[in-house]
Amino acid sequence: MSFLRRRKGKASDSQPAPIEDESEKEQENQKHKQKQKLPSKDGGKPQKWSCVDSCCWFIGFICSIWWFLLFLYNAMPASFPQFVTEAITGPLSDPPGVKLRKEGLMAKHPVVFVPGIVTGGLELWEGHQCADGLFRKRLWGGTFGELYKRPLCWVEHMSLDNETGLDPSGIRVRPVSGLVAADYFAPGYFVWAVLIANLARIGYEEKTMYMASYDWRLSFQNTEVRDQTLSRIKSNIQLMVATNGGNKVVVIPHSMGVLYFLHFMKWVEAPAPMGGGGGSDWCAKHIKAVVNIGGPFLGVPKAVAGLFSIEARDIAVARAFAPGVLDKDVFGLQTLQHMMRMTRTWDSTMSMIPKGGDTIWGGLDWSPEGYCNCSAKKVKNNDTNTAAENRVNYGRIISFGKDVAETHSSKIEMIDFRDAVKGNNLANATHCDVWTEYHEMGVGGVKAVADYKVYTTESVLDLFRFVAPKLMTRGDAHFSYGIADNLDDPEYEHYKYWSNPLETKLPNAPDMEIYSLYGVGIPTERAYVYKLTPTAECYIPFQIDASAEGGSENPCLKGGVFSSDGDETVPVLSAGFMCAKGWRGKTRFNPSGIPTYIREYDHAPPANLLEGRGTQSGAHVDIMGNFALIEDVLRVAAGAKGEDLGGDKVHSDIFKWSENIDLDL
Amino acid sequence: MASILRFRKLCYVEPCSSLKFQSFETPKIENRDEGGVGSKTQNLLEKKQRKNKNKKQHREWRCIDSCCWVIGYMCTTCWVLLFLYHSLPATLTGFPVPESPGTRLKAEGLTPLHPVVLVPGIVTGGLELWEGRPCAEGLFRKRLWGGGFTEIFKRPLCWLEHLSLHNETGLDPPGIRVRAVPGLVAADYFAPGYFVWAVLIENLAKIGYEGKNMHMAAYDWRLSFQNTEIRDQALTRLKSKIELMYVTNGHKKVVVVPHSMGVIYFLHFMKWVESPPPMGGGGGPSWCAKHIKAIMNIGPAFLGVPKAVSNIFSAEGKDVAYIRAMDPGVLDSEILRLQTLEHVMRASRTWDSIVSLLPKGGDAIWGNLDWSPEDGHSCDLAKKGYLQTSGDTNFNNRDENRVFQVKEPVKYGRIISFGKETSQISSPQLPRHDFKDLPHKDSATNFTSSCGEVWTEYDELSRESIRKITENKAYTAQTLFDLLRFVAPKMMQRAEAHFSHGIADNLDDPKYAHYKYWSNPLETKLPVAPDMEIYSLYGVGIPTERSYVYKMSPSDKCKSIPFRIDGSAEGEAGSCLKNGVYFVDGDDSVPVLSAGLMCAKGWRGRTRFNPSGIATYIREYQHKPPASLLEGRGIESGAHVDIMGNVALIEDVLRISAGATGAQVGGDRIYSDIMRMSERINLQL
Repeated sequence: MSFLRRRKGKASDSQPAPIEDESEKEQENQKHKQKQKLPSKDGGKPQKWSCVDSCCWFIGFICSIWWFLLFLYNAMPASFPQFVTEAITGPLSDPPGVKLRKEGLMAKHPVVFVPGIVTGGLELWEGHQCADGLFRKRLWGGTFGELYKRPLCWVEHMSLDNETGLDPSGIRVRPVSGLVAADYFAPGYFVWAVLIANLARIGYEEKTMYMASYDWRLSFQNTEVRDQTLSRIKSNIQLMVATNGGNKVVVIPHSMGVLYFLHFMKWVEAPAPMGGGGGSDWCAKHIKAVVNIGGPFLGVPKAVAGLFSIEARDIAVARAFAPGVLDKDVFGLQTLQHMMRMTRTWDSTMSMIPKGGDTIWGGLDWSPEGYCNCSAKKVKNNDTNTAAENRVNYGRIISFGKDVAETHSSKIEMIDFRDAVKGNNLANATHCDVWTEYHEMGVGGVKAVADYKVYTTESVLDLFRFVAPKLMTRGDAHFSYGIADNLDDPEYEHYKYWSNPLETKLPNAPDMEIYSLYGVGIPTERAYVYKLTPTAECYIPFQIDASAEGGSENPCLKGGVFSSDGDETVPVLSAGFMCAKGWRGKTRFNPSGIPTYIREYDHAPPANLLEGRGTQSGAHVDIMGNFALIEDVLRVAAGAKGEDLGGDKVHSDIFKWSENIDLDL
Repeated sequence: MASILRFRKLCYVEPCSSLKFQSFETPKIENRDEGGVGSKTQNLLEKKQRKNKNKKQHREWRCIDSCCWVIGYMCTTCWVLLFLYHSLPATLTGFPVPESPGTRLKAEGLTPLHPVVLVPGIVTGGLELWEGRPCAEGLFRKRLWGGGFTEIFKRPLCWLEHLSLHNETGLDPPGIRVRAVPGLVAADYFAPGYFVWAVLIENLAKIGYEGKNMHMAAYDWRLSFQNTEIRDQALTRLKSKIELMYVTNGHKKVVVVPHSMGVIYFLHFMKWVESPPPMGGGGGPSWCAKHIKAIMNIGPAFLGVPKAVSNIFSAEGKDVAYIRAMDPGVLDSEILRLQTLEHVMRASRTWDSIVSLLPKGGDAIWGNLDWSPEDGHSCDLAKKGYLQTSGDTNFNNRDENRVFQVKEPVKYGRIISFGKETSQISSPQLPRHDFKDLPHKDSATNFTSSCGEVWTEYDELSRESIRKITENKAYTAQTLFDLLRFVAPKMMQRAEAHFSHGIADNLDDPKYAHYKYWSNPLETKLPVAPDMEIYSLYGVGIPTERSYVYKMSPSDKCKSIPFRIDGSAEGEAGSCLKNGVYFVDGDDSVPVLSAGLMCAKGWRGRTRFNPSGIATYIREYQHKPPASLLEGRGIESGAHVDIMGNVALIEDVLRISAGATGAQVGGDRIYSDIMRMSERINLQL
């Protein structure tokens, strides 16, 4: 204030003195005040708590306590947490590794782990400017710290090239190798770690365990083209068999790794330019058993929702609670659009689109499951009459509107979308900073899609070809989703069929065993109710209709999603059908009659928080910590056969459903 | 359990608390600045406390309150600083970084051609626990060696127990399985922030290398080389890995880059892979010619290092002797009952690999009582002379002549001498005793039992024989082995089944087909691979341990090591004797003689050790200490490990792996006296 006044005074020379005096007086007054204040501050510091002081005190107090606790925690003997847990929950059973070691089990067959989608770590080898300092740091897996620090940079580096499905120029992101690739997904969130620890207890170590990590974003054949991953797996398996006294390996694929390993088995026996040139008895010579955990042999419906609108039940639920948060442009985030753009460059997601079409997954009015059995766990033994009311059209994987999902097909008016003209909205699309292929569809295309009303597994493929043509051109070159009429047709020698169990023959290896281990008892996404997004410019035009609730008469419909039995990600149908029927005995898919076994694990949620993710879980990833499953794996690795384990162990209706499916064997 | 884990995670995420915590738990890991802050905090704390005791009249500011205030204040400041530091763009934080060789060579258009195999040396590779005793609970697949080393402080005895091998077999003790960490992470960083291979890997990646054409041949460096195959099949895995990389990279041969002990490990591998199956890998006589393009040995310990002698003999080196001279008693005091050295000795004596590093070639190479190839080396001039000439490449002999006239030669050949005078007098005056027939133990069985838990083989020696050993005064590289066999019979018996340290008279003698000779370049022939190239890349210009002055340890207590380096033995200014250690030119660990002789003479041209005439090149790198603290460990260092960050060396490695030949990178580049030294060595070729 005073400063301003003085300048004013100088400008008007006529009456400078009094004003300046005034201002000087004011200044002096202020100085006096300050002087009065200052000593009181100095002297008052020990007596009076200022706000800053108390803040500092508080922070210091918290820190000291924190350090003290940390010190105590570090000084605490390592067995203390276990002691507490035991005190609360009663004595824990021994981990399977300890138990089986007491029984005298020893490491025998080398073990190969094949991780699934998403769970493997990816690290940066070459990046753009914005990713400075991240060389050989994990972009995927680990703490995901970079996702928060520089999200757009992260998305850019995780994306692949939209045309080739390989690296974009100037970016090299590669899978982490070794057991660390997928032992923990994030700190404290185990994937393979528990299994590895238990195997180690019966004598396994680095030289007898191999993590076949691969870049799960690529299509399977591209992992060989870019990284020679399949050749490396082949060489490593051969090495392990040779250095372990000729004992064949036990392969343990999880989730998408199951399909990847199917692909591998075909690749390794195929002749050289396209395949690995291992000869037709390679699998018979090197593989003792394939122990598939939570295998989506026939795909997962979740992949449909993921590709169609990059959402799943969890996102739909979040939307139902707080509509708008995810879609608001307020933050300029457009999270889902960015995610969609990224995931649509990943070819591997297309390997999990449901395979086998209407024959397997059901048509408009028919599905192998037929009835809703979500509450079947409670009424399992007397479900015959109650189930009649809960008829669900699981075959309609996508329906627009809840009523459409429930009415009979003859009453639905379907307008074919395939010939619909796509509106040319490129001019509008330019102002959307995130590019998804939806912008090229225009309003007409979106409406045409919604007018078709109901999609089954087969028509969903056409839908994808319509809404995401580039994605599907890439995908169709690497994957196929049909059922082969004649497996001896030479067209099936192409690698795009290798990961589809309905279009390939198993290798000629009668001594091999195939297990399918999966959890049951958790409602799993099976079909979706969709609606159009209200505003359709820069948004993804479709979303799950979270308001569609089945209520008491149809408990399987919740939040716009029809659920059936499964492990939360893979429905029982997909995980069990091949081992229950497709490959059971000598069939055309299994010409040498490889024995198959189904081992289901009924889900029991952890009793309390101390148990963490539980030792009896059946959930898709948590099942890797299921003691019963680990025990089975350990026994097989130590040399047991399927009969020694007790053959099939089935809790679900998989055999009944398989009978409903009319598949030429 | 999970909630506790989460709690633990939080603890580590919390930046400030971890800083404080580590400042008194693991001071060495955090960098110096932060450690300084931590101790400063404590100092301030103490001061504040004292101040407040004086001012007790102010009741409101109690001691605890002001403590809390100070801590809170420090915390807040360091959070703010940390936040600022993190929010700065990465390029702004340091001084302008010079362009790395990888970026420069990429601009020149270099692309990966040959797959690269990295072979780490002793000590630098990580080891992790796979099975342990109850005391090591919770350490499953955690690193015991390399990384944080936090377990040493938490449970030192348990840690030592797990790192020791079995005393008889040299393999795992029952119930303990410690294995090498696989993959590039095994030896990229030794401890957080202390790079080993990381810089080289990063530069290779810049010109396009990645996981599929780069492989770290990690092995358990505690084992003897053949035992890594017996226990872990490490050699078989390496063979299969090289074959795979050869095939998947368009049939391009590999470039092998071994470091330190990895050099002799890879020598062993080359003999192993071509030997017939039961003992070898059965790759056939042309395996190396088919799969290997070049071997770029970094800081190679071809003929062993004298450091290994003092390590085995008394578990100490230059650094330990120095500490002792500064502050006698700290390490030996029994007040703390630590017996650090004894424990370390016990553990390291179970490691066979150390024996592989003992000087090879005996007196012919390392010199006898009166003669050594380095005669005339002057430590003082060594440094200055190099600094002057380091710039120009055509180094002529004028400087050297000046060096030679200076003093009477130091008797480097006496690797161990007892007393400073013995290291200097001429040989006829030396007494000679034969101690081989001395009794190992007196009637003193109670002697060992009273010695408590630490067992070193010294406990089994009587005082009488210890005295006799010191009377013998001086030991050369040859008689040294008699000495070691006497003081550590079990260890030498175990290890000599795996290693040999002589010179072969007739290389065609069938006995040389045994694996114990494979890692000694003087007792094996190189493979028949005329297109292969062998490089020796090492630093020069740093004083390196060459021989030792010992004395008897004063304490007669049974638990101690009876010998130690005489830290008081100092030469006059400018001499090579410091703290009881004679120095020569080298890279801080390996003397030039050991690193360079094979490539300078033993394998140069067509010799009996190199029947197919594989081309050899010597590339020396003159040591230049980092100019400022900001440079960290320097980009022109010549020190044994720091040389892995030397830009000139990295450029050479990159050029070779991108397809250049030895002549294209400039052939030999020599700063030291290695050619002169090798001329003086009378080795039948």
